[in-house]
Order: sequence, then C-alpha cells, then structure tokens
Amino acid sequence: MKTAIEVHDLTVTYNQKPALWDIDFDIPDGALVGIIGPNGSGKSTLVKSMMGIVEPSSGWVKIFDQDIEQVRHKVSYVPQRESVDWDFPTNVMDVVLMGRYGRSGLFRRLSKKDKRIAAESLEKVGMLQFAQRQIAQLSGGQQQRVFMARALAEQAEMYLMDEPFAGVDAATENSIFEVFQEIRDSGKTMMVVHHDLQSAAKYFDYIVLLNTRLIAAGPTEEVFTQELLQEAYGGKLSILDQIHAIIEQKGYPVRES
Amino acid sequence: MDWDIVIDFLLLRDPNVRYVVLGSVLIGASAALTGCFLFLRKRALVGDAIAHAVLPGICLAFLVFKTKNPAILLAGAILTGWLSLLFIDWITNKSRIKTDTAIGLTLSWFFGIGIMLLTAIQKTGNASQTGLDKFIFGKAASMVDQDVFVFGGLSIVVILVIFLFFKPLKLISFDRDFASSIGLPVGRYDFLLSTLTVLAVATGIQAVGVVLMAALLITPAAAARFWTDKLKRMLLLAATFGAFSGIVGAFISYTTPRMPTGPWIVIVISVIAIFSFLFGAKKGLVVRQVRQQKMQRKILRENILKLFYKLAEEDGQLYEQRGVDQLTNRRFFIPSQLKTGLQQLLKENLLEKADLDYRFTEKGVEEGKRITRLHRLWEMYLTQYLKIAPDHVHDDAEAIEHIITPEIEAELVHQLEMPELDPHDSTIPYGEKLPNKIKD
Repeated sequence: MKTAIEVHDLTVTYNQKPALWDIDFDIPDGALVGIIGPNGSGKSTLVKSMMGIVEPSSGWVKIFDQDIEQVRHKVSYVPQRESVDWDFPTNVMDVVLMGRYGRSGLFRRLSKKDKRIAAESLEKVGMLQFAQRQIAQLSGGQQQRVFMARALAEQAEMYLMDEPFAGVDAATENSIFEVFQEIRDSGKTMMVVHHDLQSAAKYFDYIVLLNTRLIAAGPTEEVFTQELLQEAYGGKLSILDQIHAIIEQKGYPVRES
Repeated sequence: MDWDIVIDFLLLRDPNVRYVVLGSVLIGASAALTGCFLFLRKRALVGDAIAHAVLPGICLAFLVFKTKNPAILLAGAILTGWLSLLFIDWITNKSRIKTDTAIGLTLSWFFGIGIMLLTAIQKTGNASQTGLDKFIFGKAASMVDQDVFVFGGLSIVVILVIFLFFKPLKLISFDRDFASSIGLPVGRYDFLLSTLTVLAVATGIQAVGVVLMAALLITPAAAARFWTDKLKRMLLLAATFGAFSGIVGAFISYTTPRMPTGPWIVIVISVIAIFSFLFGAKKGLVVRQVRQQKMQRKILRENILKLFYKLAEEDGQLYEQRGVDQLTNRRFFIPSQLKTGLQQLLKENLLEKADLDYRFTEKGVEEGKRITRLHRLWEMYLTQYLKIAPDHVHDDAEAIEHIITPEIEAELVHQLEMPELDPHDSTIPYGEKLPNKIKD
C-alpha cells in the first residue's frame, strides 16, 4: 500500500522541554487514523509539526513523499476549538470561507464558486441554516461543526484534526463521524487527535499511540492491546522522565549539532 | 473663549487650521484601525509600551541631528519603538519572564531613558530645544503644513496597508494556527502589524503626544466593539471615533493654545467609550439590562397564563373569571408586577376583563396550554433521560419552560414519543385536545 505520511525520528521541544521524542512511523494512504495518548503526551504537537506550524528540533515529516510546503494545498488542518476566541466579530459563513483563502488567494475577491462550496460544506455538517449567525452565539458542538465545514471547504486530499470531538454533544459526535466516513470512502487520509479510548476503537482503523515517545503505530486491533495501553497510560518511564527534567533544568541541547 | 477663533476653526477658513484638522483626522483614524487588530489579538499593552518607547528615539534624533525636522524625529521614534518590540520578544524568548512582565519592564525602561534624555536636552539651553516637551502631551495646533505632510502622509500609508492586507490580518487575528496551515507567513504578518503599530504611534507624537497615544490606539477599538459584531463595521466605527476625537483635540488645541492636546483627546475618546459601554447596541450594559427586563416580563406573563390553565384543570372551568386574590393565593406574585403583567396580557388579547376579574380568551388558552405542555415535557425529559427523581424536576422545569423553542419542543415530543402524562400523572395538553375534566 502507498504511504501517505512518513514521520522520521521527529523530536520537538518547547522551552527546552521535550514534547515529542524520536517519533517514527508511516501512515498508509486512505487510512482513518486516531492519535491517542494521555494529556500532555504531545498529540497536538505531533499534528502541528506535521503541518509545519511547530518547528521540530530534529527529524522530518514527508506528506505524499514531499515536504509540507510543497503539498500544503492538499492538506487541511483543524485546530483545537479552544485555540481561537469565539467572541471574534465574525459570522459562520465568514469562517467557512476562510477555508477557500488557501485556494483563491488572499488578495482576490472570493468567487461565486467559493461561496457555493462553503455553503455545501455547511450543508454537509448540518449548519447551513446558521450561515449568518454570529460565531459567539454557537454552542460548542456547533463551533466544532463550523470548523469541520471550513476544513471541507478546503477540498483537500488529507485532513489533520485536533480533538474534533472535544466537548461536543452526542448528535454532533455522530454527524462528525459521518463526515469522517464520507472522507474515508472517497479514499482520503485522515489523522484525528482523540482522547477517548472507549470510542477510539470504534472510530479508527489505524492508531498512533503516544506518550511523548511513540508507544505503537498500526492497525487498531494490533495497537489496542492491554500491554500497550498500559505502557501509554499507566505510569511513565521514570528514567526518561529524569532525563527530561535534567534537560529542562540544566539547558542541555536535545540534539548535538 | 474668543468666539472669532472658534468660528475661524469651524469654518476652516485658515489654511493652517485645515492642515491641523486633516492631520488629526488621519492620525486618529490610522491609530484606531491599527488598534482594532491589536485589540482583537489581545495585545493592547504592546501599543502602550511602544507609545512610551518612542520618546527616547525622539530625544536621540534631536541630540544627534540638532533639528526639529519632523521626518528626522519620526525616524528616531520609529527606531526606538521598534527596538522596544524586539526587546519584549527577546526577554520572553530568552528568559522565564512572561509577556506581561516583559512589557512592563520595557515600557518603564524606555520611558525612563526618554525622560532622562529630555531633561538633559532642556538643561543644555539649546535655543531650539523649547517645545520638545510637546511631544510628551501633544500640541495639535503646533503642526504646520510640513508636519502634516509627514505625519498625515504616514497615516495614509498605514490606512492603505491595513486596507490592502485586511484578509490576512483578519485571519491571523482569529486563527493563527489555521493561517499557518494554509501557508500564510504568520511571522511576517506579525512583523507587519508591529510595524504598523510603531508607525501609527509615531504619527501621533506631535498632535497627541507619546504618553497618551496608546489610548488613541485601543480605546476606539474597545468602544466600537460594543456596537457591532462585524469586523468591517468595527473598523469603520473605530476609525470614525478616532478621527472625531482627533478633530476635537485639534479644536481645543487651537482655541486654547496653552492646553495640551493629548489629555483632551483621551477625555473625548473615553467619553465615547463609556457611552458605548453603557449603551452599545450589541454588548452595552443598558441594552443587556433592558433585554433582561423584557425576559423577566415575558416569564411573568407566561407564569400567569400557566396558572390560569392550572386553575381551569382544577375546577374544570376553562373560561371561569378569576380575581387577583385567587391568583395570589396559589402562587407568589409581587402585586405591582402582577398588575402590569395582567394589563399586558389584556393588551395582547390573551386575557379579557370580566367585571373586576380576568378570564382566558381562546388565544390565551392556547398559550396557557403551551407553557403547561413545555413544563411537563421537560419534567418527562429530566426523569426519563437524566434519571432525576420525579419530585426533583419541578424547579428546573419552572425555568426551562420559558426557554424551549418550537424546534426543541418538537424534538422533545419526538424523543419522548408524545407522552400522555407527566411524571406526576398530570395530562400533557397537545393541540386542540383538552383533558376530559375541563369543560369547554
């Protein structure tokens, strides 16, 4: 099977503190992948460094065999809902149209086609009737669906999503999952940061299990073993913890060079 | 006050007045527009730091070049304004000090140096030093055409750049990570916005003064936010507020030459801000109060109708006339409020007067039934879906019955499969149907 994403020896630090450590895995084309791990295990950082939003200390990521800068227009990113200020003076349609900026350029007027695609995307997540609504008036689940619609409007080949299920109601969770399946059925690759172990097994056919380092990456049934989950969630590796603490306190470089 | 001067100003007869007014309008508008983006990115304090940090630059430029040429002083201002930004970034990146502290340190450090240099200049007794202190509190009327060309010209550049880069600036203000994900050079736009801030502050040094320029950056944006939920309208409003306070500042400065301009501009823009805070159409305090009161009155009216229906259920007489006493015996109402509530219901034709008492109209019956239905449906929902004991659901339903929209009602009916009885075995009234015990 073709490889969609290749992550090679990726290490990322924030203020000297390692957030990801030697992450190395491949994702096959067309997979619906869950990124799973406890709080603070580097899930968001992984997605951000794949998008080139966070600079890695070492290692690299290749998407469709290329650097992210070459394939940006093929990849859509959904940030965490809490990462933006929902009191920002704008409405739902405007946010979804941002998904067209990448294709139509920031210095051209948006075309009728852009607006049609945005409306179709809103329709797919069941939010079309809220198109003119102020974003401050949306519920958490609705905000999340607006973000989904913006991602759909990008018409990408690959989707990287950070916690799309965080703080949403059951109805939204279902409608988001339906969108996932639709994306997968059209042969596109999707990586989703997810925190709920219960539903992860049901949603994803491929799992990347993280806890700062990579615990496992592979088909769900191979990764979801008692032993591997225990390794990710039950007690951290104490020696690695000590190394992290020394690096942070003394200011050693994570990589010589 | 000399009325001739006032009239001169208002009629813009004197070409110099025209220059001063034009300059003040441009300066006010460009600062307000830049400030909107600082405000939305929650970087208001950075504007304050820059405003203080341009002072040492002005003094240095004066010391080195021995001139009050506005272009040269402006260059000095921009230089140290920029340095202060780099300094803030440097502190936050290289130490454990957080941004707010870094801003505080930078602001006081640069301003301290500025005051020191200013004092030194004044001590030298340099003939042309007089008037350099107007850069602290501003003196709009002291602008001559040459100054206006420099400061106003720069303001026009700032306004044009914001107009041109509106979309990317909006995008990085709302969602930075998404902006980088579509390949926007976020760092370069940060740089652009910082540069615009430095320029917008620097244009105001003569008319408004360095210290109070921060107010002209942030206050118009904060005031405009109370009136609108649309970014473009917010920019337009903020620019108008900024320009208006600029004109007032120029007017004061022209008619009372000894008065510093900056403080007056701040007072004008602050009055606008306080007015907006109280009366703003979107988030103003008074508007919210009025909305709350409206809601309270709606709740009261609905409670009265619900009680009418309840009494009808009990004695089986739907159109029986009922007095205030009968109502207050069953439920606590504040007498004055009950009276206005009943009046309102008469006006809406939901109740009608019968002798001294009141009774349902047909329209009122439907409304009474609706509230009762919502109350009981919600009680059902709480017991069935949230597993709350039937004797604990009433208070919650009292509040929620006023909130449920027709769509939510339909969804409730659907999910509960149109229950006949509520958890306390009272009939839930739907449509035309009336419980058997009520006579029509």
